[in-house]
Amino acid sequence: MAHMTVQEAIDQALAEEMARDPSVLLLGEGVATKRRALVDAFGAERVRNTPLAEGIIAGTAVGAAATGLRPVIDLLFAPFLCYAMDELVNSAGKLRYLSGGQFSFPLVTMAMTGAGWGVGAQHNHNVEAWFAHAPGLKVVMPASVADFKGLLKAAIRDQNPVLFFIDIGLAYTSGDIPDGEHLVPLGQAVVRRPGEAVTLISYAKTVAVCEQAAQTLAGQGISAEVIDLRTLKPLDEASILASVRKTGRAVIVHEASRSGGIGAEVAATIGEHAYDALKAPVLRLAGPDAPAPASYPLEQAFVPQPDAVVAAVKRLLG
Amino acid sequence: MSVNTYDGRVQDLLQTMLLIRAYEERAAALQAESGVPGTCTSVGQEASAVGVVAALGADDLILTNHRSAGHLLARGADPGRLLAEVMGRRAGYCKGKSGSLHISAKELGVILTSTIVGGELALATGVGLSQKMLKRPGVVVCFFGDGAACEGRFHESLNLAAVWQLPILYVCENNQWQAFVHRRETMLGDSIASWATPYGIDSATVDGNDVEQVRALATEALDSIRASGRPFLLETRTYRLRGHFEPDDQAYVDPDELAAWRARDPLPRLQARLLESGQLDARALSAMESDAQRRIDAAVAFAIDSPYPAIDELVTDVYA
Repeated sequence: MAHMTVQEAIDQALAEEMARDPSVLLLGEGVATKRRALVDAFGAERVRNTPLAEGIIAGTAVGAAATGLRPVIDLLFAPFLCYAMDELVNSAGKLRYLSGGQFSFPLVTMAMTGAGWGVGAQHNHNVEAWFAHAPGLKVVMPASVADFKGLLKAAIRDQNPVLFFIDIGLAYTSGDIPDGEHLVPLGQAVVRRPGEAVTLISYAKTVAVCEQAAQTLAGQGISAEVIDLRTLKPLDEASILASVRKTGRAVIVHEASRSGGIGAEVAATIGEHAYDALKAPVLRLAGPDAPAPASYPLEQAFVPQPDAVVAAVKRLLG
Repeated sequence: MSVNTYDGRVQDLLQTMLLIRAYEERAAALQAESGVPGTCTSVGQEASAVGVVAALGADDLILTNHRSAGHLLARGADPGRLLAEVMGRRAGYCKGKSGSLHISAKELGVILTSTIVGGELALATGVGLSQKMLKRPGVVVCFFGDGAACEGRFHESLNLAAVWQLPILYVCENNQWQAFVHRRETMLGDSIASWATPYGIDSATVDGNDVEQVRALATEALDSIRASGRPFLLETRTYRLRGHFEPDDQAYVDPDELAAWRARDPLPRLQARLLESGQLDARALSAMESDAQRRIDAAVAFAIDSPYPAIDELVTDVYA
């Protein structure tokens, strides 16, 4: 086991994959400035600073991915993805299909989002559901340091365009990573805490919120299972359904706004496939339909908190 | 089907231009008469497409846009498979999933066609980066219009290609129309080539309705790119003689302007020049025209005979 921060885990994943595959390269706003060790190890050709122009960064990555390279791009903050939507959604997500399968687009787009730094809504907007709705893309949003490494490595090896969202609130947290080759397959959720009475389903920083709530509930004799989705597309429906069939209750928790969010997809999946097992309605706890504020207490209030999860579970249990 | 390369015979250029004209006029007629999906034609722009493609080597790559039939046919695309694609048939280059708007033919090096205006400009830098980093010999040719030149991506693409010294030939086919808006409403001045200068990119402007001039300048531009590794912008001044797509009655087009450009139609111009200079006689021209029509007749029959894709194709090719 090695102990490190999320940033170090990302650096390690990039370094390992760049060493393994010479077609992997890193492009973005300051990647060569901030990740000097990668420049030293792999050269300026493969670690390239770019203009602050997300559209052409993404377009360059898409064109390169289709013709033999395996780019990882760092677009810094998730709202900046708006400038890269055409390249990611219309080109990377669609040109394989529209060409009858002639091209593939192995590329990873990294971006940070979420409460933690008080940067306000033009730097903090959890837009992961937008990309989950777009065909041809995969979406990953890790919660643990080990998963940041293992999922990033798997995303780089994937043959498809992957959106890799980094929760700002987790960016400098630390944790243990298994020694040796550590890969976490895309599309697999994980049970963070087993339980019997209710399933708490989450991803990114609200996984820890659910774990805290589960701890509190345990003290009151209520056994809650916590599922970390890890990959939002493809969604691990089997793991979600297996847990809900066991517990009969589900609360979905995420920081992104409720309307049209990942929670709606999870809730609908449960309703369609596990209705007979449900003992109570499926609940969602999510951010409000508001831009993310900068003010610290408002930003914290944006994110569902453990007390609210505990209260929701108690409501379900009547 | 292999990539067409040209050995310099001007008659071959004419033959290809005749094929493109016959193909696009037939596609438009099929739309009008039989309800075949409409296309964005490049009628009037054949010299630009053929002149540039004729200057390419077999390793060079092409990125194009919704007005792509000329580029594809000049590169050696089979008109039957193109028309099958337009009609949504299984034998099309993209299994019928593209339709006319984003046809790619990887086997011909015509890749990543985007119908989002400016989309091809954003992707071209990536293809150029692959060519450079993987030390491949081919130059990347990116065809776009004056409409795309007014998109931010044009400027972002040129800037990055210049900074990273990418082997890209930008070809702006300035056909004066940006969908339903004349170019003079959307930009000051007349020159797009001059926009390359502040980015440190060499450029040239050519009469886009003269295939021999286009080929000559494209050849010079490609030689310059191969020698320097740096991008180049070629602006071909031409005109979209038909509407934005089929059907389009062009009621918004100034009839005097249209008439002036019809008088400069690249096909009659080239034919007259070749007949006058004795490089072609009337019988040979007539045989070339008949040959083009015969190929298009066969293409129509092929496309109509091709079945539609099976319904399970709806969800294939989404992920690799």
